[in-house]
Order: sequence, then structure tokens, then C-alpha cells
Amino acid sequence: MYNFFDIKNIIALTSQNNIKTNIMSNKNDIVKEVENVVIKFAGDSGDGMQMTGSQFSDTSAFLGEDLATFPDYPSEIRAPQGTIAGVSGFQVHVGKNEILTSGDKADVLIAMNPAALKANMKWVKDGATIIIDIDNFDNKHYKKADYVEDPLHDGSLIGFNLIKAPITMLTRATVKYLGLDIKTADKTKNQFASGILFWLFNRDIKFGEKYLKERFKNKPILIEANIKVLRAGYNYAETIEALNTTYQISHTGERKGVFRNITGNIAAAWGLLAASERSGLPLYLGSYPITPASEILQELSKRKHLGVKTFQAEDEIAGICSSIGASFAGNLAITSTSGPGLALKSEAIGLAVMTELPIVIINVQRGGPSTGLPTKLEQADLMQALYGRNGESPCIVIAASTPANCFEYAFEAAKLALEHMTPVILLSDGYLANGSGLWKIPKVAKMPKIDPPYAKANDPDFEPYRRDPETLARQWALPGTPGLRHRIGGLEKEDITGIVSHSPLNHEKMVKLREEKVQRVAKYIPLQKVFGDESGDLLVIGWGGTYGAIYTAVKDLRSEGKNVSFTHFNYIKPLPENTEEILSKFKKIIVCEINMGQFANYLLSQFPHFNYTKYNKIQGLPFMISELKEKFNSILEEK
Amino acid sequence: MEKEIKEILTKKDFQVDQPVKWCAGCGSYSILSAVQNALPEIGVKKEDIVFISGIGCSSRFPYYMETYGFHTLHGRANPIATGTKLANPDLSVWVVTGDGDSMAIGGNHFIHTLRRNIDINILLFNNKIYALTKGQYSPTTPFGCVTKTSPDGTIEHPFKPGELAMGAEGTFFARVVDTEPKRMKDVFIKAEKHKGTSLIEILENCVIFNNKIHSDITGKDVKDDNQIYLEHGKKMIFGKERNKGLVLDGLKLKVVTIGENGITEDDILTHDAKSPDDTMHYLLTRMTLPEHPVATGIIRSFDVVNYGQLLQEQVDYAKETTKIKTVDDLLNSGNTFILK
Repeated sequence: MYNFFDIKNIIALTSQNNIKTNIMSNKNDIVKEVENVVIKFAGDSGDGMQMTGSQFSDTSAFLGEDLATFPDYPSEIRAPQGTIAGVSGFQVHVGKNEILTSGDKADVLIAMNPAALKANMKWVKDGATIIIDIDNFDNKHYKKADYVEDPLHDGSLIGFNLIKAPITMLTRATVKYLGLDIKTADKTKNQFASGILFWLFNRDIKFGEKYLKERFKNKPILIEANIKVLRAGYNYAETIEALNTTYQISHTGERKGVFRNITGNIAAAWGLLAASERSGLPLYLGSYPITPASEILQELSKRKHLGVKTFQAEDEIAGICSSIGASFAGNLAITSTSGPGLALKSEAIGLAVMTELPIVIINVQRGGPSTGLPTKLEQADLMQALYGRNGESPCIVIAASTPANCFEYAFEAAKLALEHMTPVILLSDGYLANGSGLWKIPKVAKMPKIDPPYAKANDPDFEPYRRDPETLARQWALPGTPGLRHRIGGLEKEDITGIVSHSPLNHEKMVKLREEKVQRVAKYIPLQKVFGDESGDLLVIGWGGTYGAIYTAVKDLRSEGKNVSFTHFNYIKPLPENTEEILSKFKKIIVCEINMGQFANYLLSQFPHFNYTKYNKIQGLPFMISELKEKFNSILEEK
Repeated sequence: MEKEIKEILTKKDFQVDQPVKWCAGCGSYSILSAVQNALPEIGVKKEDIVFISGIGCSSRFPYYMETYGFHTLHGRANPIATGTKLANPDLSVWVVTGDGDSMAIGGNHFIHTLRRNIDINILLFNNKIYALTKGQYSPTTPFGCVTKTSPDGTIEHPFKPGELAMGAEGTFFARVVDTEPKRMKDVFIKAEKHKGTSLIEILENCVIFNNKIHSDITGKDVKDDNQIYLEHGKKMIFGKERNKGLVLDGLKLKVVTIGENGITEDDILTHDAKSPDDTMHYLLTRMTLPEHPVATGIIRSFDVVNYGQLLQEQVDYAKETTKIKTVDDLLNSGNTFILK
């Protein structure tokens, strides 16, 4: 099986410390220029596929490329090895232009075992390069992956550029001299695949080595083992004949500044930290672990050095309740959760609405109802966020739309909550939360200041429910302040005085005031923007995490000369003031969502005089650019 | 550090000008009065005191206190108070709750608050009935009791809040009756001094739905024989004649009479409320009539570091030792890419 190259030669090459830096020196190679490339890393959940993906995407970032990544992991922690259920994947999309999704289908698939191959065949492009660890392609593994026939010989891989690399064997041989046990040695296998990719994409291997040095800081033996294996993979690729074409992503050099690769959950956590700094308020997070939101709690637990207090509560309810208590006491109070947790928090959100206390609820949506699809994508909590409480219970609802802008919308959520004295629900989703993108690091010190409406100590005119005439926000009177002792609570309050009141007219007045307070936020948020012409045949509408796919689809169609525009909503309640005007200028409107049409129904309730076509997908998967284009084209062709 | 109190506070400072709306004869009136009497003596400024309640008759309490107050959700006063205390450790935080609020819908929060030892004071009004919803049985209603939702008698075994507190690693548990204002006041002051979760179970009478539920313990003619008021460092002696006491008999507490069978005062157990080991506290908490008197007073008061102190220590240490002082530092730390 290995007759086409000399194993000894490969191992000898790996021991050379100086990898040839002139990567084009391999004379027979054809170097193809490409604009972008999608690579899918797939293996067992312990195979380190995410690490390999991050290493590759970090290198892209160093080279000035844009990127988007997404991990596709099973909800079981370590499902049985070698089975379809145990396949863990990580998709990386890099390129010279703006990259906004992790890509529809892969140009390159790394499959560490037959199950990884089987699970991903439908997600690779025709003619893609598929790199497999041939050492795992045997009857035992076929059986685990439920292959009836040997996929290497049943014709299913005809037309693909298949690289059968003996990854396990060469990895073990490479690190043998270090005396590692088999388990530890095998954990470096991913670097063999990584080495192949570095060669395939003409990348300087020093970036890969730098990554490993940081990743395994303080573990010199692992640094050495991983670097050796990385080089072994690189040299292997250079040596074998099967890879005579390599790729080069053409660079534009347009991006300037300081960047980092960031996931939505980390970006959200950091946006809250920025809000804490700009408001001068300590950050308090009361939360309960839930997929896919837990990283927010984990990240903020590490930020005590910035004064953050996190409280892992006994349940979702205690999480938000402790935050309401912290808000009452004057902290920037946050809770984070996912759909089922939001359901449990409903009553407490109602209390925050009634007592008009500022709190941010981050809901990282996942597939539902009930436990649903914990690790998959869905945008089906919109109605829950808008209406899922007893009584007339308005909150501000906003949604992030890229992993990186989870930072600015988390900041915005905190700013709106604190300045308007109301709960704010920030919607994210599993794709934003775990996906990553390149982010130009902002200057927090230059971000806007946040100024909550504090009541002044010993103010003789203080009344707990007296309102700012512009925003209608009540004043925040913090316990500990002299001269402001007062009582709040979940019972209906008399306007201004805050005394418990069951008066019919007062109740109606208060219900309307609470709604109006939220509606007035529209004056403090940006106007809705349109991508493309401001009027025309077709307006495509999206909200939240679908931005990348819809934007790319519309951009592609516009470059083909199609009359289509796009508007994407981040502010949902209240809607931007020019929403109706935008909708009125198009012949057709299509609303695209990963649900049954919740935003479309919401728009219909606000602006019933327009017709809305719905485009929905409810498969736990994001939109593919290709399917959106097809749909938009078919609408444009309708007479 | 003692806080500087410039003004002398009195009961009046804590009374509101709004009418108090409990039923005439409700035990809550005497509890309210005892709390208002205790607060001037705890050494805390009036604006630093917060009352937080759940839902139920007792939970109207904050509306009748001239302090910062928060009437919250059914069962949720404990986590809300937790957040308030952690966010501002300078506040004196009091939870007012009932047997339905804390033992049923808020049971989970109740045990976890005690387990963490959050520095708050929980006043648990135990009238053994749902009164605000007009007479359904609660988790502390005695087995077999006929109520609106148990017309044939309850078939549930009641909780004893103190036992739950011990099981949840509670550090302070006291039991008082609503008919003894001086003892209530004394216990409230000591509860506030305890730096951890202080649970005070107040046996309260509901004149409308569960009248005289505690009369075996509180009745003038029986209270001395049926109640033992425990004080740290003192002998466990009770009775009208002060001649009865508690001794250990194997793994059980036994009532003996001083002067009978050669028993002298020296044989009687001495109450050690501050013991880290809660075995004796548990036995005392469990005592019921008719075999034993019901224990009142401070049964357990174990001084140990609390959650808020540990959290603050971690925050202070992290601040001292970090190089990342601002959010800008954080954003620019680790793996960044400078593109020129």
C-alpha cells in the first residue's frame, strides 16, 4: 500500500529542522490561485479536529485573510469511537474577500476515519480533495461506520481527488523516539493532517509551529511531538505525487489594524465587560450551564480580575433571580441561557418588566421545542422572547448577526437596559456562539459612555416610579443611598408613587407606559439600512445569525445584475423607525428564517398591509448560499 | 470594622405611614414589631437595610418596613437576596418568607442558599398552611390534617425546616414563637450578627385558616413544659419548675427530672450552639411533643467563612495579580494579528 513513497525518507525529512521556506521550489507543482477555500476537518470527537481548524484559520488571519469557522460537534461528549454519532467536525472558510459564513460545502475534507467520511460526503463539493487516514480504513472501522461496502472500492469516490495518507502509522513512527505512549502519540495525528494542508495551501509552516508553541505552553514534550508530526505531514505531502497541484489564496492587503479570531460567545462576554467599564458598574452574571450558552458563564468566571462576579445558580430561575437582585443593588446584571432556560426564566423577566429594573438576558438559541437539538441551529425563540410571559410584558429584543458583532450587540443590550431601565433580551444562536470570525479589535476606551438615570441621595422629590419625560425610564434608587428608601415588587404599582394599586385606570395607564417606554427606544437606535437599491423588485429580509448566508447570496445575485436588495434586522423590538418606509418600496418581500416564519408573522402584525413570502428551513442547519440564490431567482422569475 | 452610626435609630424609623393589612390577630403583627424593635440595635444604617420577600401573607412584610424593600416572586426571595448581597456586601439583607414560599415552590433555592452560606437573614414564618390562597395544606402541615385540598386528611409527611437546614450544611438555625416578642428581638439581633445564612423559623399562628396550630407550644399554661429555650453555654433545662432537663441516652435525647433517680443538674447537657458538628443540633431540632419539648432559641450558630467573603477574596486576589487591568488590555491579549 505504501509503495509509492519511501517511509524512511519521510521520517528522515522530519528530522531536519530547516523546512524549506521557499515553498514553491517543488518544480512540478501547479499553483492555482483561488479566492477562498472551505476545509472540513472531521474525525472522532477526541481527534483534535477543532485544534487543527483553529491552527489553519489563525494562520489565515496572520496572512491577512478573512475567515469564518464553525464546529459541528455531537451532543454526546465522547460518543463511541469510529461511529457516525461520534463524528466531530470543524469547518473553516478562509479567503481574500469578506467571509461571512463557514461555507456551504467543502473544497477539502480531512476524514480521520470511515465514519467521518460517511458523515461528510454530502457536504463536499464535486471534485473536492479528500484526505483520509488510510490506516483506519479497514473492515473493523467500516462496520462501526455502518458501511456495507468498502467505500474505497464501491465507486463512490470517483471524481474526487483522494489522498490516502497513512497518518496513524507515520505519526507513531515520527514520535517514536520520544517514547510517548500510543494514546499520547495518536493525539498528535491531527498535526499530520495539518502539515498536509500547510503544504497544499502553500503556507509557511512557522505559523503552524507558532500556534503549537502557544497551545502547549509549558509542555515542551508536546510542543516537540506536535511540531515533528506537523513537519512530517508537510514533507509527506511534498514527497507524494498525488498532490501535484497546490493552492494559493490571492491576497489583497486591504485589511489593516489589529485583529483577532473570536467566537460569538466570547465576543458577547467581552461586550458585557466593555459595558461594565463604560458604565462604571461592576458586572454580575447569575447563570446556569446550558448548551450552547455555557461559554459565556465560563468566560466571565475567568474575569474576576476585571471585578466580575459570577454566580452559578442551582437552576435557571435562581440564575436570573440573583441577577435581578444584583440589579436592584446597582450592578450591571446579566443572565445567559438557551431556549429551555429562557422558558424557565419567563416569570422572573416579568418581574424585571414590572419593577423596571435593568437586566440583560442573553438567549443563545438552539433547536426546540423542549430539549430539542441542543447543539444545532434554530431561530425559533423569537416569539418566546417577544411574548413568552404572562400579562402585557414588553422588553427590548435585539439580535446579533455575526460572531464578532455579538460584542457590539451585547454592549448595546447593556446600554439600552441601563439607560432605559428595562430588561433586554439579546438573541444569539448556536452558530454565532460557537462559530468564529475575524474581528477588528475596537478601542473600548473610545466607546460611548453609559449613563443610567440614578436617583440622587436625599432628593426630596424622589418617587420610585417618576419617569424621565423623554425616555420614560424611572430612576434607579440604589439601596445604601440615604433618603431614598422605597419598596418595589411584582404587584401593580401606582404611577409615580409606586404604592401598590389595584385601580383599573391606573393599571391601564401603567401597561401603556411600560409599552411606550420600550417603543421610545426606537429614537435611540440606528435607522435600518438596505444593502442594494432602496427600491425594486425584491427585498430580502433576515434577522440574527443568518446574515452571512443571506448577504452573500444577495451580493452574488446583484453581481449578476439581479434586481434584489437586502435588509437585515438586529433591532426587533422596537423596530427601527424607517422599517415601514423600507418595506413600502419593494414589489415583493421575502423573509428568510431558520424557523416556521416567526419574524415574518411579527412584521405582519406590525405592518399588515404588505405581503410577505416566507422562506424557512428547520433542519438544525444554517442556510446554504446556493439554496437562497435559487429561491430568490425563482421569485424574481415569477410574473 | 464597626460602621459609624451618627444617628440613634428607634422603632419609629422603621414604621411606614401606610396601613398594615394583615388579618386582625395575625401573628405577623408581633413579628413585624419585634423586627422593628431589633433593627435599631444591629448597628446598621437604615438605608443599608433591605427586606426581600417572596409571595404569601408573610411576604407583604417589606411594604410595612421603612427600609429598601423588594416584594418578589413566589419562592424566589432567596436567590434575589443572594444577588443583592453579592452585588453590595455592605447591605444587611433580610428575607421574609413562609412555609409555602420556602418549603414548596422555593425549596430548591432554600437549601442551596443555606449550603452556600450567603450572609443573609431568613425569617421563615411557619403557620403550616397556605393562607393567602385561603387554606390549602403546605409542606409543613401535620400528617392527616384536614384542609381545603385534603378533605380526607393529608397523606404527606411534613418537612421540619430546621432538619432541612442541617441537611443543607446550614450554619445558623433558630426557632422562636410569635407570642414571645423579647425572645424574637434577641434572636433577630444575634442572627444579624452571624456572618452566614441565618435561618429563623418563627412558629406563627394563622387566626383564619390554622388557628391555634402552635398552641401546644405557645399556650401560656403549657409553654414552659412543652418548650425548651436553648442558650449557648447554658444547661438544657426547662419546665415550670425548671427541674426538667435533657440527657443523652445512647443516640437519643431523653427528658429527665432533676432530683429523681439521682439526677443532678451536672448530668444535664450543656448547649453548644457553636459546635461545627451539627449532630446534637439535629437531634434538638427534631424534638416533638409529647416525648420531648420543642426546642426554641438559637439551636445552631457555627461561625465559618461565607460565600460572599470567599468570592470577594477571589476577586481581590485576581485584581491584584493580573496584568490585564482594562477591557482594552483583555481584547489585545493572547493571539492577535497585526495587519499592516
